[in-house]
Amino acid sequence: MNWSDDAQAVWLTLKLAFVVTVLLLALGTPLAWWLAHTRSRWKAPLSALVALPLVLPPTVLGFYLLMLMGPHGVVGRATQALGIGLLPFSFAGLVVASMLYSLPFVVQPIQTAFEAIGARPLEAAATLRAGPWERFAHVALPLARRGVVTAAVLGFAHTVGEFGVVLMIGGNIPGATRVISTQLYNHVEAIEYPEAHRLAAILLVFSFAVLLGVYRLRPQGALVASPADGAPRA
Amino acid sequence: MTPDLARGLVAAALAALAFAAHADEVQVAVAANFSAAAQKIAAQFEKDTGHVVKLSSGATGKFYAQIEAGAPFDVLVAADQATPAKLVAEGKAVPATLHTYAIGRLVLWSADPALVDANGDVLKSDKWKHLSVADAKLAPYGQAARQTLASLKLADAVQPRVVTAENIGQALQFVQTGNAELGFVALGQVQPPDGSKAAGSMWVVPARLYAPIRQDAVVIAGTRVGKAATQFVDYLASDKAREVIKAYGYGW
Repeated sequence: MNWSDDAQAVWLTLKLAFVVTVLLLALGTPLAWWLAHTRSRWKAPLSALVALPLVLPPTVLGFYLLMLMGPHGVVGRATQALGIGLLPFSFAGLVVASMLYSLPFVVQPIQTAFEAIGARPLEAAATLRAGPWERFAHVALPLARRGVVTAAVLGFAHTVGEFGVVLMIGGNIPGATRVISTQLYNHVEAIEYPEAHRLAAILLVFSFAVLLGVYRLRPQGALVASPADGAPRA
Repeated sequence: MTPDLARGLVAAALAALAFAAHADEVQVAVAANFSAAAQKIAAQFEKDTGHVVKLSSGATGKFYAQIEAGAPFDVLVAADQATPAKLVAEGKAVPATLHTYAIGRLVLWSADPALVDANGDVLKSDKWKHLSVADAKLAPYGQAARQTLASLKLADAVQPRVVTAENIGQALQFVQTGNAELGFVALGQVQPPDGSKAAGSMWVVPARLYAPIRQDAVVIAGTRVGKAATQFVDYLASDKAREVIKAYGYGW
């Protein structure tokens, strides 16, 4: 095992985290908007569903995904029928799994930011004849930008640190599913401690830098304990 | 409660106490591939000796790291020879107790009853997309699988379709869930111990294609229950234990 394998794992991890973050922002923002404004009786069940990855052990999620995305599972049958093939052991599969896993870290900060805006700015915009899309894009989104940035940073960082799900469905394929965390785990298992230390140091420094950035962004205080900031508790 | 019954219970409790005073508790770290067989053997051992066996199943490499860090294991029932030998060389295990308790057998297995033929020729076909193999660096069965592919001169041809499992248990899981059509696993994992036919289809890889998977057991140095621990390691070579070992698809 040499450094180029590790470098490949680092690069793949960054690529995975980037793709997942972009997709989650695109899908999570409308979901957060809906959750922030709906009075539907589906709000509670859907909120619970979004928050589920916070409390479920990743191995549970990984195990179910392995079953569901396999040839006998509902998702596996669908992807095969669509000609995509099976998702486990592929980069696309990791993207899907990571999106589920990091979903609350993106949706919750945005949702809280939307909720914090309150009804007044949107009503004011409405009286100025702003349509629903304009109210969302020109009023709500700019006001919620801190929440969006926090969501992006946390979603990215959380995907970088993901381990259990990847271990369950990845198959450890270089360049496709071998990410930093599984590579690090393999080094430890194989008693290759110097290599393990090197990757662990990268992760540690990265995670610290990310959190430092998040705190700089919101000098008012705690990351996890402040509901106004909407960071999930994890 | 009748007085007779009460007296009986008290007597039984006293007998159990007396028994317990002589019984030692042996903490055994056992390789994942052998854990089902070890449970049977441990139950038999408890019955025969009165000692209590606590089994922890996992990857041999992980156990090594834990024993290095002072984990309270009295016995290591490993999946290989290298790890117990390393512990002995470092003075962390008792050399006199070291012996091979089982020789593992590698099979190419599929959950599909029609996929694997009697000669393993399916490996050369395109009837499958993924071949599940345990990490050769971490798992002796993974190493044996790699040696087999090399012996068959198929290593490069199948490599793009190989998915690597972190241990032999996960290698089996990938195949069982159908995500990999084929996988190299331990015979002991798929062969029911009652001698009935295994599910799916398989090819028992001929022993000449890979170096024997010798699995060693050893008593960890500094254990407080050395006598019972040694007794357990010796017991693995007893006729009773070997019957179980054989039923689970291992040689010795």
